[in-house]
Amino acid sequence: MHSRFESLCRYRIASAGRVTVLLALMLGLLPFLSAVSQPAAAQDEIIVGLITKTESNPFFVKMKEGAQAAADAAGAQLLTASGQFDADNASQVAAIENMVTAGAQGILITPGDTKAIVPAIEKAREAGVLVIALDTPTEPMDATDALFATDNFKAGLLIGQYAKSAMGDTEPIIATIDGSTGVSVSVLRHNGFLAGYAVVDAAATPEASLSTFAEDARVVCSQDADGDQAKSQTAMENCLQANGDINVVYTINEPAARGAYTALKAAGRENDVLIVSVDGGCAGVEALKAGEIAATSQQYPLKMAQMGVDAVVEFAKTGAAPSGYTDTGVTLITDKPQQGVESEDSVFGLENCWG
Amino acid sequence: MGDAVSMGRSSPRTGRNLRAVIAPLTSLGPLIALILACAYFATQTDRFLTGPNLSLVIQQSMVVGVLAIGQTLIILTAGIDLSCGAVMALSGIVMARLAVVSGVNSYLAILLGILVAVAFGLLNGALITKFDLPPFIVTLGTLNIAFAITHIYSQNQTVTNVPAVLTFFGNTFRVGLTSITYGTVLMFLLYVITGFILQQTAAGRHVYAVGNNPEAARLSGINTTQLLIAVYALAGLLYGVAAWLSVGRTGAGDPNAGQTDNLASITAVVLGGTSLFGGRGRIMGTLVGVLIVGVFRNGLQLIGVESVFQVLITGILVILAVVVDQFARRRQQ
Amino acid sequence: MTDLREAVAMTVPAGMVPVLEARGLVNRYGQVTALDGADFQLFPGEIQAVIGDNGAGKSTLIKALSGALIPDEGEILIDGTVVHFRNPNDARRFGIETVYQDLALAPALNISENIFLGRELRRPGALGSVLRILDKRRMRAEANGHMSDLKIGIRSMGQAVETLSGGQRQGVAVARSAAFARHVVIMDEPTAALGVKESHMVLDLIRQVRDRGLPVILISHNMPQVFEVADRVHIQRLGKRVAVIEPRNFSMSDAVAIMTGAMVGERVVDR
Repeated sequence: MHSRFESLCRYRIASAGRVTVLLALMLGLLPFLSAVSQPAAAQDEIIVGLITKTESNPFFVKMKEGAQAAADAAGAQLLTASGQFDADNASQVAAIENMVTAGAQGILITPGDTKAIVPAIEKAREAGVLVIALDTPTEPMDATDALFATDNFKAGLLIGQYAKSAMGDTEPIIATIDGSTGVSVSVLRHNGFLAGYAVVDAAATPEASLSTFAEDARVVCSQDADGDQAKSQTAMENCLQANGDINVVYTINEPAARGAYTALKAAGRENDVLIVSVDGGCAGVEALKAGEIAATSQQYPLKMAQMGVDAVVEFAKTGAAPSGYTDTGVTLITDKPQQGVESEDSVFGLENCWG
Repeated sequence: MGDAVSMGRSSPRTGRNLRAVIAPLTSLGPLIALILACAYFATQTDRFLTGPNLSLVIQQSMVVGVLAIGQTLIILTAGIDLSCGAVMALSGIVMARLAVVSGVNSYLAILLGILVAVAFGLLNGALITKFDLPPFIVTLGTLNIAFAITHIYSQNQTVTNVPAVLTFFGNTFRVGLTSITYGTVLMFLLYVITGFILQQTAAGRHVYAVGNNPEAARLSGINTTQLLIAVYALAGLLYGVAAWLSVGRTGAGDPNAGQTDNLASITAVVLGGTSLFGGRGRIMGTLVGVLIVGVFRNGLQLIGVESVFQVLITGILVILAVVVDQFARRRQQ
Repeated sequence: MTDLREAVAMTVPAGMVPVLEARGLVNRYGQVTALDGADFQLFPGEIQAVIGDNGAGKSTLIKALSGALIPDEGEILIDGTVVHFRNPNDARRFGIETVYQDLALAPALNISENIFLGRELRRPGALGSVLRILDKRRMRAEANGHMSDLKIGIRSMGQAVETLSGGQRQGVAVARSAAFARHVVIMDEPTAALGVKESHMVLDLIRQVRDRGLPVILISHNMPQVFEVADRVHIQRLGKRVAVIEPRNFSMSDAVAIMTGAMVGERVVDR
């Protein structure tokens, strides 16, 4: 029989073993951490924070690259963070708090939840930190000092006008593959497209339709696919099942467009349907060049990030802050230009693409 | 054994003292990890070890911290709850919408929100016990149900401008230069109370017994069905309280809140040394686990490491915690 | 070889009321009749072993006596009074404790907690009744007492059960039953998982329990151990009691023969 002392000894050794292993790990991690962290900023160094919705979306990857380049050029330190999923508000709130603590003079953010992030932004601004929204406005828009973004309504408008011109007299039977309901970017592009196609009254104020998708009888199918390629393929398949005569497909972004194209090709209808999209990512422009997408509105995340970093640096140095909305530009890219709709071709598109 | 002299009575006091020292060693590992992490970040930046920043870390951990109390209780019974984040989100949206959109009295709205969470807890407990279903599957189902109801009821809209009562736990009071959030105080209180119940009451010991050997518990006269349902319902109550804290922290009812909080709470429980097989672990270990994750996120962001590395490190720590735990257990037996 | 009927009759003490008795128990599982009018009597101060081949109905009999099963027909009596058990808790309330084959201990909990599992002691006064705080010190002390009464030498009641050897764990389970039993202790295959030395320690324990005034029902497949420790042996066959013998009057091979039906014995007549 084991004496109590022996069993206690074993217990103690086991617990000590755990402690030792954990200690070893901690010590082992430290050099690794030092390798990937940046040196602590000096007191007068400019610190810029960039908070994106997620890590993985190539749009945000490009934004980070642009921000890093601009920060390096200005001699500033860039802190980055993101949410774990597209609408992860909690992580973005924590990131704002931590960046303010770290001494950032300005924070650039693409808000995941455009309403819920506002209190955290207000707190940061109260602490004297400049906050600029990139790509997606907060609700209300003036909760941030400034907004550098694509005019998403215009992005939709351009491809809507293009589609109308390209379809000519043919009666449109439209499917829309959208992003999540309630996300302003999705709504703006969708409503812009319908306005551009003159399906919806263009006089209707875009601000009013910030949160609700416009509807029309000619839109026979609207599906929310989160801007995801696989989900879009499923959505397109379901739309085709419901109405085999669809001839125009609006997609929220190019991954969605590629998903829709795959579904159409499987149904043998890829040559009968006009697909339009937004984004202008390099992969998307390649798809356009290959004839999968008819037209896409190109936006410029690199420019957003650069402008953002420069604005923060300026603010840190002189106290001058940007305000209001600055359009970072949108260009219609197509290899089959239409009369009356200004566009550039895919060569231009590839030169200016991102991702 | 038969012919051994009964030496149990010869030195009872020294025996007890020794044991009192040894027992907490099981949760000492995570605590040491936490202290080391804090020490490391303190050397890397002078902004880490300040009152305001530490208060921030705890504040950033308080929602998952309260969720993790419920998760600990459930895991102690050898169960698991994947629905905690979704139930919390639903509870928060119910509170916020009732108060803001339907104009219900704030206190009543909060109560109803919490009751919704308790209802889901009862549902989980009932399905698991009455139909003898694995908790993983049941809570996977209720996770999706809660998620869907949240989005249908809220129409995917975040609810802002919530009344002051709902945001109470986000308010702060000053201690010297530091602001302390009421929510964090509540979180600590809940940990202490739960720890007390688990260690000092029969019901608490029964939780351990049911997790460690449910058949033995049953044969000892413990109503295991009743106990399990009570544990899941109590966890639901805690998820409702976490929802109130969450609304207080963000100032909004967010239908997308908590989507990864189920895994975050399980991570905290595992890091704290509680066994996923049930019957072993201390609630204070979970608190340490919660703080470890919070310290890493805060510290890494302060020194400019990308958030993806925080995820990587958390993953490594979790595997390590489980491996070390198994290693210690095997050496014991 | 004594006449079987005389030998059997001799084992029944005259004029004593059985502590625990079963009359005509019948239990069917669908087509199978597990108990076919089974009888049983346990008298004070004895260790009675219950043996029988597989399918003889001995585990069903024991389940009925410990409240884990409600028989279709028949009666159970304690000290001559008819009782009804709806569940194991009822049996425990009547003072019948069972040591199950797998011990029913929670390995991560300590000895004291296991002994008082489901029957914990609370602190006196408001601390106990309102806040329901456990009186751990008292439980440890009492647990220590119960273990020492059975001469089990484990030093610390705060040790987790999983740190104990097989025989020590058995000791904890036996001590628990002995502590709370008022009438009977039932032991189901207590030495099945133990080695020779620890088995003998457990047999010693069983004698201790009996000597402290609690009769014991012992279910076992191990003939030598049965013959070593039992005062009487109840032999079950085909759902009935076929004989009760004293080990000193019969050999082990006789017992096996009765068990398998090779030797036919008269049923015990109620005296």
